[in-house]
Amino acid sequence: MIILFGVFLLTLLVITALAIVQTESLFAAVILTGIFSLLMAANFFLLDAADVALTEAAIGAGISTVLFLGALALTGERERGKSTNRLIALGVVTVTTLIVIYATFDKPRHGDAEAPVHQHVGPWYLEKTPELIDIPNSVTAVLGSFRGYDTLGEVFVVFTAGIGVLFLLSARSAARPESANPSAEPGQGLRHYLVPRVVGRLLIPFVFLFGLYVQFHGDYGPGGGFQAGAIIAAAVILYALLEGEGQALRALPMDVLKWLVAGGALLYGAVGVAGMLLGGNFLDYNVLASDPIAGQHIGIILIELGVGITVTGVLLCVFHAFAARGKL
Amino acid sequence: MELLGLYYYWVFAVLLMIGFYAVIAKPNLIKKLIGLSIFQAAVFLLYITMGKVEGGTAPIFQDGVTVYSNPLPQVLILTAIVVGISTTALGLGIVVRIKEEYGSIEEHDIQKRDRR
Repeated sequence: MIILFGVFLLTLLVITALAIVQTESLFAAVILTGIFSLLMAANFFLLDAADVALTEAAIGAGISTVLFLGALALTGERERGKSTNRLIALGVVTVTTLIVIYATFDKPRHGDAEAPVHQHVGPWYLEKTPELIDIPNSVTAVLGSFRGYDTLGEVFVVFTAGIGVLFLLSARSAARPESANPSAEPGQGLRHYLVPRVVGRLLIPFVFLFGLYVQFHGDYGPGGGFQAGAIIAAAVILYALLEGEGQALRALPMDVLKWLVAGGALLYGAVGVAGMLLGGNFLDYNVLASDPIAGQHIGIILIELGVGITVTGVLLCVFHAFAARGKL
Repeated sequence: MELLGLYYYWVFAVLLMIGFYAVIAKPNLIKKLIGLSIFQAAVFLLYITMGKVEGGTAPIFQDGVTVYSNPLPQVLILTAIVVGISTTALGLGIVVRIKEEYGSIEEHDIQKRDRR
Protein backbone atom coordinates (compact mmCIF):
# COMPACT_ATOMS: atom_id res chain seq x y z
CA MET A 1 0.00 0.00 0.00
CA ILE A 2 2.73 2.41 1.00
CA ILE A 3 4.70 1.62 -2.12
CA LEU A 4 1.66 2.46 -4.26
CA PHE A 5 1.39 5.79 -2.48
CA GLY A 6 5.08 6.29 -3.18
CA VAL A 7 4.57 5.55 -6.87
CA PHE A 8 1.71 8.07 -6.95
CA LEU A 9 3.86 10.78 -5.36
CA LEU A 10 6.78 10.03 -7.66
CA THR A 11 4.57 10.30 -10.72
CA LEU A 12 3.29 13.66 -9.49
CA LEU A 13 6.94 14.73 -9.05
CA VAL A 14 7.73 13.94 -12.67
CA ILE A 15 4.60 15.74 -13.90
CA THR A 16 5.48 18.81 -11.82
CA ALA A 17 9.05 18.81 -13.09
CA LEU A 18 7.84 18.62 -16.71
CA ALA A 19 5.45 21.51 -16.09
CA ILE A 20 8.26 23.58 -14.54
CA VAL A 21 10.44 23.15 -17.62
CA GLN A 22 7.53 23.60 -20.02
CA THR A 23 5.98 26.83 -18.71
CA GLU A 24 7.19 30.13 -20.09
CA SER A 25 6.08 32.13 -17.08
CA LEU A 26 8.91 32.07 -14.58
CA PHE A 27 6.48 33.05 -11.84
CA ALA A 28 4.48 29.87 -12.45
CA ALA A 29 7.70 27.87 -12.61
CA VAL A 30 8.79 29.15 -9.19
CA ILE A 31 5.45 28.37 -7.56
CA LEU A 32 5.56 24.90 -9.14
CA THR A 33 9.04 24.47 -7.65
CA GLY A 34 7.46 25.00 -4.23
CA ILE A 35 4.97 22.21 -4.96
CA PHE A 36 7.80 20.06 -6.28
CA SER A 37 9.70 20.47 -3.00
CA LEU A 38 6.65 19.64 -0.93
CA LEU A 39 6.09 16.45 -2.94
CA MET A 40 9.77 15.63 -2.55
CA ALA A 41 9.45 16.10 1.22
CA ALA A 42 6.48 13.70 1.29
CA ASN A 43 8.59 11.17 -0.61
CA PHE A 44 11.47 11.54 1.84
CA PHE A 45 9.05 10.96 4.67
CA LEU A 46 7.80 7.73 3.08
CA LEU A 47 11.43 6.65 2.73
CA ASP A 48 11.96 6.96 6.52
CA ALA A 49 13.94 10.19 6.30
CA ALA A 50 11.99 12.37 8.73
CA ASP A 51 14.85 14.82 9.31
CA VAL A 52 15.43 15.30 5.60
CA ALA A 53 11.70 15.74 4.93
CA LEU A 54 11.56 18.49 7.55
CA THR A 55 14.54 20.24 5.99
CA GLU A 56 13.21 19.96 2.44
CA ALA A 57 9.78 21.28 3.45
CA ALA A 58 11.22 24.28 5.32
CA ILE A 59 13.92 25.13 2.77
CA GLY A 60 12.58 23.98 -0.58
CA ALA A 61 8.94 24.91 -0.23
CA GLY A 62 9.48 27.94 2.01
CA ILE A 63 12.71 29.87 1.73
CA SER A 64 13.76 28.87 -1.77
CA THR A 65 10.42 30.07 -3.22
CA VAL A 66 10.81 33.45 -1.51
CA LEU A 67 14.38 33.86 -2.77
CA PHE A 68 13.45 32.95 -6.35
CA LEU A 69 10.51 35.38 -6.25
CA GLY A 70 12.83 38.07 -4.87
CA ALA A 71 15.19 37.48 -7.79
CA LEU A 72 12.29 37.48 -10.27
CA ALA A 73 11.17 40.87 -9.02
CA LEU A 74 14.59 42.18 -10.05
CA THR A 75 14.95 40.40 -13.37
CA GLY A 76 11.48 40.07 -14.92
CA GLU A 77 9.15 37.14 -14.86
CA ARG A 78 8.84 36.09 -18.50
CA GLU A 79 11.16 33.89 -20.44
CA ARG A 80 11.70 35.43 -23.87
CA GLY A 81 14.28 33.45 -25.78
CA LYS A 82 13.47 30.19 -27.54
CA SER A 83 15.23 27.02 -26.51
CA THR A 84 18.63 26.60 -28.14
CA ASN A 85 19.50 23.41 -30.01
CA ARG A 86 16.34 21.80 -28.83
CA LEU A 87 16.71 18.58 -30.80
CA ILE A 88 20.32 17.94 -29.82
CA ALA A 89 19.47 18.59 -26.16
CA LEU A 90 16.45 16.28 -26.32
CA GLY A 91 18.56 13.60 -27.95
CA VAL A 92 21.32 13.81 -25.33
CA VAL A 93 18.78 13.78 -22.51
CA THR A 94 16.81 10.81 -23.89
CA VAL A 95 19.89 8.70 -24.51
CA THR A 96 21.29 9.43 -21.05
CA THR A 97 17.96 8.64 -19.39
CA LEU A 98 17.82 5.29 -21.18
CA ILE A 99 21.40 4.47 -20.18
CA VAL A 100 20.75 5.33 -16.52
CA ILE A 101 17.50 3.32 -16.54
CA TYR A 102 19.36 0.38 -18.09
CA ALA A 103 21.91 0.66 -15.27
CA THR A 104 19.19 0.53 -12.60
CA PHE A 105 18.47 -3.13 -13.44
CA ASP A 106 21.76 -3.98 -11.76
CA LYS A 107 20.86 -2.11 -8.60
CA PRO A 108 20.02 -4.02 -5.42
CA ARG A 109 16.31 -4.52 -4.75
CA HIS A 110 14.60 -1.47 -3.18
CA GLY A 111 14.85 -1.71 0.62
CA ASP A 112 17.22 -4.69 0.52
CA ALA A 113 18.94 -4.88 3.91
CA GLU A 114 21.86 -6.74 2.28
CA ALA A 115 22.61 -3.94 -0.23
CA PRO A 116 26.24 -2.74 -0.23
CA VAL A 117 25.21 0.67 1.11
CA HIS A 118 24.09 -0.99 4.36
CA GLN A 119 27.31 -2.98 4.79
CA HIS A 120 29.69 -0.12 5.49
CA VAL A 121 29.64 2.37 8.38
CA GLY A 122 25.84 2.84 8.49
CA PRO A 123 25.12 -0.19 10.74
CA TRP A 124 28.12 0.70 12.91
CA TYR A 125 26.62 4.14 13.58
CA LEU A 126 23.27 2.57 14.47
CA GLU A 127 24.94 0.06 16.78
CA LYS A 128 27.28 2.47 18.55
CA THR A 129 24.97 5.49 18.96
CA PRO A 130 23.24 4.19 22.15
CA GLU A 131 26.58 3.15 23.64
CA LEU A 132 28.81 6.13 22.79
CA ILE A 133 26.38 9.04 22.55
CA ASP A 134 23.13 7.83 24.05
CA ILE A 135 20.61 9.97 22.23
CA PRO A 136 17.62 8.49 20.41
CA ASN A 137 18.02 10.31 17.09
CA SER A 138 20.96 8.64 15.37
CA VAL A 139 20.80 11.15 12.48
CA THR A 140 21.69 13.91 14.94
CA ALA A 141 24.38 11.69 16.48
CA VAL A 142 26.04 11.10 13.10
CA LEU A 143 25.60 14.73 12.05
CA GLY A 144 26.87 16.30 15.24
CA SER A 145 29.39 13.88 16.59
CA PHE A 146 30.53 11.00 14.36
CA ARG A 147 30.78 13.22 11.30
CA GLY A 148 31.25 16.57 13.05
CA TYR A 149 34.06 17.53 10.64
CA ASP A 150 31.75 17.19 7.64
CA THR A 151 29.10 19.32 9.29
CA LEU A 152 31.67 21.97 10.22
CA GLY A 153 32.68 22.06 6.58
CA GLU A 154 29.05 22.40 5.45
CA VAL A 155 28.48 25.26 7.90
CA PHE A 156 31.47 27.07 6.45
CA VAL A 157 30.14 26.51 2.92
CA VAL A 158 26.82 28.08 3.97
CA PHE A 159 28.78 30.90 5.64
CA THR A 160 30.88 31.50 2.51
CA ALA A 161 27.83 31.49 0.23
CA GLY A 162 26.13 34.05 2.49
CA ILE A 163 29.19 36.32 2.41
CA GLY A 164 29.32 35.89 -1.36
CA VAL A 165 25.72 37.05 -1.81
CA LEU A 166 26.36 40.05 0.44
CA PHE A 167 29.43 41.00 -1.61
CA LEU A 168 27.62 40.62 -4.93
CA LEU A 169 24.50 42.50 -4.00
CA SER A 170 25.85 45.23 -1.78
CA ALA A 171 28.01 46.63 -4.61
CA ARG A 172 26.46 49.74 -6.18
CA SER A 173 25.16 49.23 -9.67
CA ALA A 174 27.18 51.21 -12.21
CA ALA A 175 24.13 51.87 -14.35
CA ARG A 176 22.09 53.27 -11.52
CA PRO A 177 24.02 55.36 -9.01
CA GLU A 178 22.46 56.32 -5.72
CA SER A 179 19.72 58.39 -7.26
CA ALA A 180 16.57 56.86 -5.82
CA ASN A 181 15.64 58.38 -2.51
CA PRO A 182 15.30 55.66 0.10
CA SER A 183 12.38 57.27 1.91
CA ALA A 184 10.05 57.12 -1.09
CA GLU A 185 9.16 53.45 -0.71
CA PRO A 186 9.12 52.44 2.92
CA GLY A 187 7.99 48.91 2.03
CA GLN A 188 4.43 48.63 3.19
CA GLY A 189 4.22 44.84 3.13
CA LEU A 190 0.69 43.52 3.22
CA ARG A 191 -0.51 46.28 5.51
CA HIS A 192 -3.67 46.81 3.48
CA TYR A 193 -4.67 43.17 3.28
CA LEU A 194 -6.47 42.46 6.50
CA VAL A 195 -7.00 38.70 6.44
CA PRO A 196 -3.47 37.51 5.51
CA ARG A 197 -2.07 40.04 7.95
CA VAL A 198 -4.16 38.95 10.93
CA VAL A 199 -3.70 35.24 10.24
CA GLY A 200 0.01 35.70 9.55
CA ARG A 201 0.58 37.63 12.76
CA LEU A 202 -1.15 34.90 14.72
CA LEU A 203 1.09 32.29 13.12
CA ILE A 204 4.45 33.96 13.67
CA PRO A 205 4.88 33.26 17.43
CA PHE A 206 3.96 29.62 16.90
CA VAL A 207 6.41 29.28 14.02
CA PHE A 208 9.12 30.69 16.31
CA LEU A 209 8.16 28.32 19.09
CA PHE A 210 8.23 25.38 16.69
CA GLY A 211 11.63 26.51 15.43
CA LEU A 212 13.03 26.54 18.97
CA TYR A 213 11.46 23.14 19.66
CA VAL A 214 13.04 21.70 16.52
CA GLN A 215 16.38 23.23 17.53
CA PHE A 216 16.54 21.88 21.08
CA HIS A 217 14.60 18.65 20.61
CA GLY A 218 16.83 17.52 17.76
CA ASP A 219 18.55 14.95 19.97
CA TYR A 220 15.29 13.14 20.64
CA GLY A 221 13.17 13.59 17.52
CA PRO A 222 13.55 14.80 13.96
CA GLY A 223 15.19 18.19 13.95
CA GLY A 224 18.39 20.06 14.62
CA GLY A 225 20.16 23.24 13.72
CA PHE A 226 19.71 23.13 9.95
CA GLN A 227 15.93 22.70 10.12
CA ALA A 228 15.48 25.12 13.01
CA GLY A 229 17.56 27.78 11.28
CA ALA A 230 15.35 27.54 8.20
CA ILE A 231 12.11 27.63 10.23
CA ILE A 232 13.14 30.66 12.29
CA ALA A 233 14.34 32.45 9.16
CA ALA A 234 10.97 31.65 7.58
CA ALA A 235 9.17 33.21 10.56
CA VAL A 236 11.17 36.44 10.22
CA ILE A 237 10.63 36.48 6.46
CA LEU A 238 6.88 36.06 7.02
CA TYR A 239 7.03 39.04 9.38
CA ALA A 240 8.89 41.03 6.75
CA LEU A 241 6.32 40.15 4.09
CA LEU A 242 3.44 41.18 6.33
CA GLU A 243 4.79 44.30 7.95
CA GLY A 244 7.28 45.50 5.38
CA GLU A 245 10.97 44.79 5.19
CA GLY A 246 11.95 47.93 7.11
CA GLN A 247 10.00 46.77 10.12
CA ALA A 248 11.79 43.40 10.09
CA LEU A 249 15.14 45.17 9.82
CA ARG A 250 14.22 47.28 12.82
CA ALA A 251 13.54 44.11 14.82
CA LEU A 252 16.69 42.34 13.60
CA PRO A 253 19.13 44.87 12.11
CA MET A 254 21.64 43.85 9.45
CA ASP A 255 24.54 44.34 11.87
CA VAL A 256 23.04 41.79 14.23
CA LEU A 257 22.50 39.37 11.34
CA LYS A 258 26.12 39.67 10.27
CA TRP A 259 27.20 38.84 13.80
CA LEU A 260 24.87 35.84 13.75
CA VAL A 261 26.38 34.59 10.47
CA ALA A 262 29.90 34.69 11.87
CA GLY A 263 28.97 33.86 15.46
CA GLY A 264 27.35 30.50 14.72
CA ALA A 265 30.31 29.25 12.71
CA LEU A 266 32.69 30.54 15.39
CA LEU A 267 30.69 28.82 18.14
CA TYR A 268 31.03 25.54 16.24
CA GLY A 269 34.76 26.05 15.83
CA ALA A 270 35.12 27.13 19.46
CA VAL A 271 33.57 23.86 20.66
CA GLY A 272 36.23 22.05 18.63
CA VAL A 273 39.03 24.16 20.07
CA ALA A 274 37.65 23.76 23.60
CA GLY A 275 37.97 20.01 23.12
CA MET A 276 41.62 20.47 22.18
CA LEU A 277 42.32 22.74 25.16
CA LEU A 278 40.81 20.16 27.49
CA GLY A 279 43.19 17.52 26.19
CA GLY A 280 41.16 15.79 23.49
CA ASN A 281 41.17 16.02 19.70
CA PHE A 282 39.49 18.75 17.65
CA LEU A 283 35.70 18.29 17.94
CA ASP A 284 36.16 15.56 20.55
CA TYR A 285 33.21 16.12 22.89
CA ASN A 286 34.10 13.39 25.39
CA VAL A 287 36.37 15.72 27.34
CA LEU A 288 33.82 18.54 27.67
CA ALA A 289 32.40 17.02 30.87
CA SER A 290 33.67 14.53 33.42
CA ASP A 291 31.41 11.85 31.92
CA PRO A 292 32.05 11.19 28.19
CA ILE A 293 28.32 10.74 27.43
CA ALA A 294 27.40 14.01 29.15
CA GLY A 295 30.25 15.65 27.20
CA GLN A 296 28.77 14.34 23.95
CA HIS A 297 25.37 15.78 24.88
CA ILE A 298 26.84 19.21 25.65
CA GLY A 299 28.92 19.18 22.47
CA ILE A 300 26.00 18.24 20.23
CA ILE A 301 23.66 20.85 21.75
CA LEU A 302 26.32 23.56 21.30
CA ILE A 303 27.27 22.74 17.74
CA GLU A 304 23.62 22.40 16.71
CA LEU A 305 23.07 25.85 18.21
CA GLY A 306 25.99 27.14 16.15
CA VAL A 307 24.54 25.57 13.00
CA GLY A 308 21.11 27.04 13.73
CA ILE A 309 22.48 30.54 14.32
CA THR A 310 24.56 30.56 11.14
CA VAL A 311 21.76 29.16 8.96
CA THR A 312 19.25 31.71 10.31
CA GLY A 313 21.73 34.53 9.80
CA VAL A 314 22.74 33.54 6.28
CA LEU A 315 19.18 33.00 5.03
CA LEU A 316 17.99 36.31 6.46
CA CYS A 317 21.03 38.20 5.13
CA VAL A 318 20.39 36.77 1.67
CA PHE A 319 16.70 37.70 1.88
CA HIS A 320 17.48 41.28 2.93
CA ALA A 321 20.19 41.57 0.29
CA PHE A 322 17.66 40.76 -2.46
CA ALA A 323 14.97 42.96 -0.93
CA ALA A 324 17.33 45.93 -0.56
CA ARG A 325 18.49 45.56 -4.17
CA GLY A 326 14.93 46.12 -5.35
CA LYS A 327 14.83 49.53 -3.70
CA LEU A 328 17.97 50.92 -5.37
CA MET B 1 6.99 -5.69 -6.58
CA GLU B 2 10.45 -5.90 -8.07
CA LEU B 3 9.60 -3.36 -10.76
CA LEU B 4 7.79 -1.07 -8.34
CA GLY B 5 11.02 -0.85 -6.32
CA LEU B 6 12.97 0.09 -9.43
CA TYR B 7 10.45 2.85 -10.13
CA TYR B 8 12.23 5.07 -7.58
CA TYR B 9 15.44 4.82 -9.60
CA TRP B 10 13.63 5.46 -12.88
CA VAL B 11 12.08 8.61 -11.46
CA PHE B 12 15.57 9.61 -10.33
CA ALA B 13 16.87 9.18 -13.88
CA VAL B 14 13.96 11.06 -15.44
CA LEU B 15 14.10 13.96 -12.95
CA LEU B 16 17.86 14.20 -13.35
CA MET B 17 17.51 14.57 -17.10
CA ILE B 18 14.54 16.97 -16.93
CA GLY B 19 16.71 19.23 -14.81
CA PHE B 20 19.68 18.75 -17.14
CA TYR B 21 17.53 19.60 -20.16
CA ALA B 22 16.53 22.90 -18.56
CA VAL B 23 20.18 23.67 -17.87
CA ILE B 24 21.44 23.01 -21.40
CA ALA B 25 18.45 24.01 -23.57
CA LYS B 26 16.75 26.94 -21.82
CA PRO B 27 18.36 30.31 -22.54
CA ASN B 28 16.91 32.03 -19.47
CA LEU B 29 19.37 32.07 -16.57
CA ILE B 30 16.72 31.77 -13.84
CA LYS B 31 15.24 28.78 -15.67
CA LYS B 32 18.70 27.22 -15.75
CA LEU B 33 19.00 27.66 -11.97
CA ILE B 34 15.57 26.07 -11.48
CA GLY B 35 16.72 23.19 -13.68
CA LEU B 36 19.84 22.87 -11.58
CA SER B 37 17.76 22.58 -8.41
CA ILE B 38 15.61 19.84 -9.99
CA PHE B 39 18.84 18.05 -10.92
CA GLN B 40 19.99 18.42 -7.34
CA ALA B 41 16.67 17.17 -5.93
CA ALA B 42 16.96 14.06 -8.13
CA VAL B 43 20.32 13.24 -6.56
CA PHE B 44 18.83 13.74 -3.09
CA LEU B 45 16.07 11.29 -3.99
CA LEU B 46 18.63 8.70 -5.12
CA TYR B 47 20.55 8.86 -1.84
CA ILE B 48 17.46 8.68 0.36
CA THR B 49 16.05 5.81 -1.71
CA MET B 50 19.24 3.82 -1.21
CA GLY B 51 19.15 4.42 2.56
CA LYS B 52 15.72 2.81 2.94
CA VAL B 53 15.57 -0.64 4.53
CA GLU B 54 12.55 -2.87 3.97
CA GLY B 55 10.34 -2.93 7.06
CA GLY B 56 12.54 -0.35 8.75
CA THR B 57 11.58 2.93 10.30
CA ALA B 58 13.18 6.35 10.69
CA PRO B 59 16.53 6.01 12.51
CA ILE B 60 15.26 7.39 15.82
CA PHE B 61 15.55 4.78 18.52
CA GLN B 62 12.39 3.63 20.20
CA ASP B 63 11.33 0.58 22.16
CA GLY B 64 10.08 -2.42 20.24
CA VAL B 65 11.70 -1.49 16.92
CA THR B 66 14.71 -3.42 15.67
CA VAL B 67 15.07 -2.43 12.01
CA TYR B 68 16.09 1.14 11.19
CA SER B 69 16.89 2.74 7.86
CA ASN B 70 20.45 3.84 7.23
CA PRO B 71 21.10 7.24 8.87
CA LEU B 72 24.22 8.08 6.86
CA PRO B 73 22.62 9.07 3.51
CA GLN B 74 20.08 11.10 5.45
CA VAL B 75 22.81 13.09 7.21
CA LEU B 76 24.62 13.75 3.93
CA ILE B 77 21.46 14.93 2.18
CA LEU B 78 20.18 17.00 5.09
CA THR B 79 23.28 19.15 5.01
CA ALA B 80 23.34 19.10 1.20
CA ILE B 81 19.86 20.65 1.05
CA VAL B 82 20.95 23.63 3.14
CA VAL B 83 24.19 24.00 1.20
CA GLY B 84 22.11 23.73 -1.99
CA ILE B 85 19.89 26.67 -1.11
CA SER B 86 22.94 28.76 -0.15
CA THR B 87 24.66 28.10 -3.46
CA THR B 88 21.39 28.70 -5.34
CA ALA B 89 21.12 32.04 -3.56
CA LEU B 90 24.67 32.85 -4.70
CA GLY B 91 23.67 31.93 -8.25
CA LEU B 92 20.60 34.16 -8.04
CA GLY B 93 22.82 36.98 -6.78
CA ILE B 94 25.04 36.59 -9.84
CA VAL B 95 21.96 36.55 -12.13
CA VAL B 96 20.70 39.78 -10.57
CA ARG B 97 24.08 41.44 -11.15
CA ILE B 98 24.11 40.17 -14.76
CA LYS B 99 20.66 41.68 -15.29
CA GLU B 100 21.93 45.01 -13.98
CA GLU B 101 25.04 45.06 -16.15
CA TYR B 102 23.66 43.51 -19.35
CA GLY B 103 20.00 44.52 -19.09
CA SER B 104 18.89 40.96 -19.84
CA ILE B 105 19.14 37.44 -18.46
CA GLU B 106 18.69 35.68 -21.81
CA GLU B 107 21.78 33.84 -23.00
CA HIS B 108 21.53 35.20 -26.59
CA ASP B 109 21.40 38.85 -25.52
CA ILE B 110 24.34 38.41 -23.15
CA GLN B 111 26.48 36.67 -25.79
CA LYS B 112 25.55 39.29 -28.36
CA ARG B 113 26.68 42.07 -26.03
CA ASP B 114 29.88 40.24 -25.17
CA ARG B 115 30.83 39.92 -28.85
CA ARG B 116 30.51 43.63 -29.42
